[in-house]
Amino acid sequence: MLNIAVIFVGVILCIALILNLIRLFLGPNTADRILALDTMYINSIALILVYGMHSETPLYFEAALLIAMLGFVSSVAFSKYLLRGDIIE
Amino acid sequence: MVFEIIISVLLIIGGLFILIGSLGLLRLPDFYTRLHAPTKATTLGLGSVLLASMVFTYKIEGYISVNELLITLFLVITAPVVAHILAKVGFHHQVKMTANTRNQELVKVARVRGKPQNKIEE
Repeated sequence: MLNIAVIFVGVILCIALILNLIRLFLGPNTADRILALDTMYINSIALILVYGMHSETPLYFEAALLIAMLGFVSSVAFSKYLLRGDIIE
Repeated sequence: MVFEIIISVLLIIGGLFILIGSLGLLRLPDFYTRLHAPTKATTLGLGSVLLASMVFTYKIEGYISVNELLITLFLVITAPVVAHILAKVGFHHQVKMTANTRNQELVKVARVRGKPQNKIEE
């Protein structure tokens, strides 16, 4: 039962990533694209955790934590660049 | 068996929340409404998946791991920050709103007041 649930959630997360990718290509302006990228990294954290549960190792949490931190920093850097024309003044 | 049911329910709730967030990102009409869907629904869904992962680690390894709590805490802190700064970007770049947004006459005043101040150099 657990195996079926894990595979089901993996498929759901892949569909969600494809929807985000469509918005990333479609987005009328740059703010939409940054928002789609932000959502994509959150979804990929979930996908990595589900994969770690599928292969029954606790090794993937560090990767998830790393993606969380770098994704936050990159979103803030993109937004700062759009807002001020510079990242660190 | 009890653990498996708990893990499965938490996982499926989390996956459905994430799917709803992504669907909202694709389907909603303008940027400001699109900002709502992923920043709330997706964060909640990821929290649910992390809870499931915590129960799973307890089932496999026999101890409660703190890593997931760390990721949850980090995301709960950073998601509103990103949402706020993205809303500021949209406002600054004059992204179009839907026609039935209320109080649109306040936009001009707010844009003057919220403009990023330049450094005092003169």
